Amino acid sequence: MSARDDVLNRVRAALGRPGAGTTASGVVGTAPHLDEVPREYRTSGEHPPGSPEVLDQLVDRLVDYRAHVHRTTAADLPAAIATLVTELSGSRAGPGAPEPDNSRAPELSGPRAGSGAPEPDNSRGVRVVVPAGIDDGWLAALPDGTDVVRDSRERPLTAAELDATDAVVTAARIAISETGTIVLDGEPDQGRRAVSLVPDVHLCVVRADQTVQTVPEAVRLLGEHPDRPQTWISGPSATSDIELDRVEGVHGPRTLHVLLVAAPAR
Amino acid sequence: MSTFLGLPGLRRRVDDGAPDPLPEEPFGAVPHPQEPLRWGEAFPAAAKQTLANDQLRRNLGHATQVIRTKRAVVVDEVPDWEALRDAGSAVKQQVMARLPELLTQLEENVVARGGVVHWARDAAEANRIVADIAKAEGADEVVKVKSMATQEIGLNEALAAEGIAAVETDLAELIVQLADDMPSHILVPAIHRNRSEIRDIFLARMGDAPPDLSDVPRELAMAARAHLRRKFLSAKVAVSGANFAVADSGTLAVVESEGNGRMCLTLPSTLVTVMGIEKLVPTFDDLEVFLQLLPRSSTGERMNPYTSLWTGVTPGDGPSSFHLVLLDNGRTDVLADEVGRSALHCIRCSACLNVCPVYERVGGHAYGSVYPGPIGAILTPQLTASSGGVSGHQDPNASLPYASTLCGACYEVCPVKIDIPSILVDLRAREVDADRSRRGVDPWAAAMKAASWVMSDGGRFALAGRAATLASGLGGGDHAVSHAPPPVSAWTRSRDLPVPAGRTFRQWWAGRPPVAPDEPPTGLAEPADVPEAER
Repeated sequence: MSARDDVLNRVRAALGRPGAGTTASGVVGTAPHLDEVPREYRTSGEHPPGSPEVLDQLVDRLVDYRAHVHRTTAADLPAAIATLVTELSGSRAGPGAPEPDNSRAPELSGPRAGSGAPEPDNSRGVRVVVPAGIDDGWLAALPDGTDVVRDSRERPLTAAELDATDAVVTAARIAISETGTIVLDGEPDQGRRAVSLVPDVHLCVVRADQTVQTVPEAVRLLGEHPDRPQTWISGPSATSDIELDRVEGVHGPRTLHVLLVAAPAR
Repeated sequence: MSTFLGLPGLRRRVDDGAPDPLPEEPFGAVPHPQEPLRWGEAFPAAAKQTLANDQLRRNLGHATQVIRTKRAVVVDEVPDWEALRDAGSAVKQQVMARLPELLTQLEENVVARGGVVHWARDAAEANRIVADIAKAEGADEVVKVKSMATQEIGLNEALAAEGIAAVETDLAELIVQLADDMPSHILVPAIHRNRSEIRDIFLARMGDAPPDLSDVPRELAMAARAHLRRKFLSAKVAVSGANFAVADSGTLAVVESEGNGRMCLTLPSTLVTVMGIEKLVPTFDDLEVFLQLLPRSSTGERMNPYTSLWTGVTPGDGPSSFHLVLLDNGRTDVLADEVGRSALHCIRCSACLNVCPVYERVGGHAYGSVYPGPIGAILTPQLTASSGGVSGHQDPNASLPYASTLCGACYEVCPVKIDIPSILVDLRAREVDADRSRRGVDPWAAAMKAASWVMSDGGRFALAGRAATLASGLGGGDHAVSHAPPPVSAWTRSRDLPVPAGRTFRQWWAGRPPVAPDEPPTGLAEPADVPEAER
């Protein structure tokens, strides 16, 4: 008998179903009784998506996890992105420059230490990777000399090429205020999963109307396309493995900037 | 958030000519077990050893207290927490009842999206499948996401035997692997190590650790980042576990913090996920319950930094080849047990470890299983039932259900409401029953029988009470006997025995002053009834 049939038969035997033999230790179980699943929990928050309360809560939770939040408008977004990219170029300017991160201890090594990639070439501009489907208007104010690289499923960069970029700019699918979470679902404006993972700095653009209060509100929207690869991001990567002392920035982007774009005034 | 053990490439092999490695082991490693679910001595002996380790107790006491507090704060801010627990518990119950249908539904959906599904009856079969996939890809090294399932089957050792090095990429697992140690906690496996020990381990074993490495956690984490980054960028095969698998969509979920999970799940061209058959949820929407329950219970965060969800293969994004290994390894025996089956509801959050007064003092190694703490005490003996667990006192795992005070804290914090104390009591009863039938003369049974004879007759009981008062002169100023001769020493070895009172209740009752008939009756146990000298 195949392992598949064997395991399935053992499961059936464990549940007391007839004709399935026994479990590995020769047991036949009983059918569990089945209760309805009580769903008394909240499936939406008291505040509507994009409301001031929800936005304030999102900012509070993101900051709590040491993400950097920048509240802006659609009109000011390109300038806000340009400012952050310019700051990046400053931080790359020379040895000993501070890491673009709120580290609480002296930094040991450069942003890409040990990666095998060449040392940053400070003569070139900042290299920013963007998913091919991003709104080009967001990049309109980038300083001269910024090296913008596009990535798509059809024309993907290699991991080594991504490792040689300084930052990534993406859109988002949805944000959850109660947990300070941003979800990307791999669509063309958010890019392949590797794109928002390998670069050391992630600039993520979230529209106010994409922000919901609760996890169920987000899951139900994401459930419309469960087959899309999703990445849920709550602050920069972190570890508490050493004496439970939280250290932000391990393998994922060590710095997360969230650009929260207000809804246009009516 | 999902786990494992040692780096095979670094572990000294028999064939490299090294002398017996254990005596020169500098980090006090636990010898590596043949069976990840049954190693070392039985709990009472193992606990005695770990209790003597002051460093371990300090580290653990601090760690469990910190996580307990964090968890309490973030659970308190969720107004519908109890409703979420009720839903989580009921969903898991549904999963168990409909497991055959849900498993085949999951299989169909994963295959429809380009994945390959394998089934494994036991650890050896699962290890074989993973090794064959790695070999077919020509890989002599695989990167691993922390996973309890692969730890349970001893995957790293099995791969090492085939010449394939499994590299743990979770920081704590890396520490454990480099030290040639065993994990001691489900969530934070290196919690028994402090920062200076970790620095020493990195300096001695990591190869590319900076020589001036300090013991600041941030520096240590950055050294690990640099060490692993090269491996992430070049690995061809990754191995992970799964926190959840959605039957109605074929979606897999891995919940983590550091980004090592995302690296493994995204960059290599081949991904193998090993998952226990119980980790299913029926629908995608059910994730809305568990993605709230798990992070708050586990790390005490509102949400963990990264959660990855994927369904089969997405052309152009992530691995081009995806294998799912569905693992039994004793789970169907647990499922067959009417009382114990709810242990399979566990989502591996480890909240029960952090609140357990026993775990907090003895640590994870005393349990002799990759599943320590209260959940380990009910899961381990059941998983090994077919190979001797819960079958009598000869099995080291049979003592695990006694590794508890039955205080019930584990049940209170369990996000899926597993009634751990009731299962512990049930398992204890079974162990006693199993032993009853095979022992010849049982002193415990004889003592109980004698007590029953004494207590069944008022005269005999009174006589026994008066006899006990003769012992009232024993003991010190604290009215306790700490060292008694056999057979009472069986009790006093680990606890004090209170000194019996100078007279029995019956003697006191008979000697109390008569109550005047017109006085309103006062409570019999009213202290006012007792003469001052008696109080």
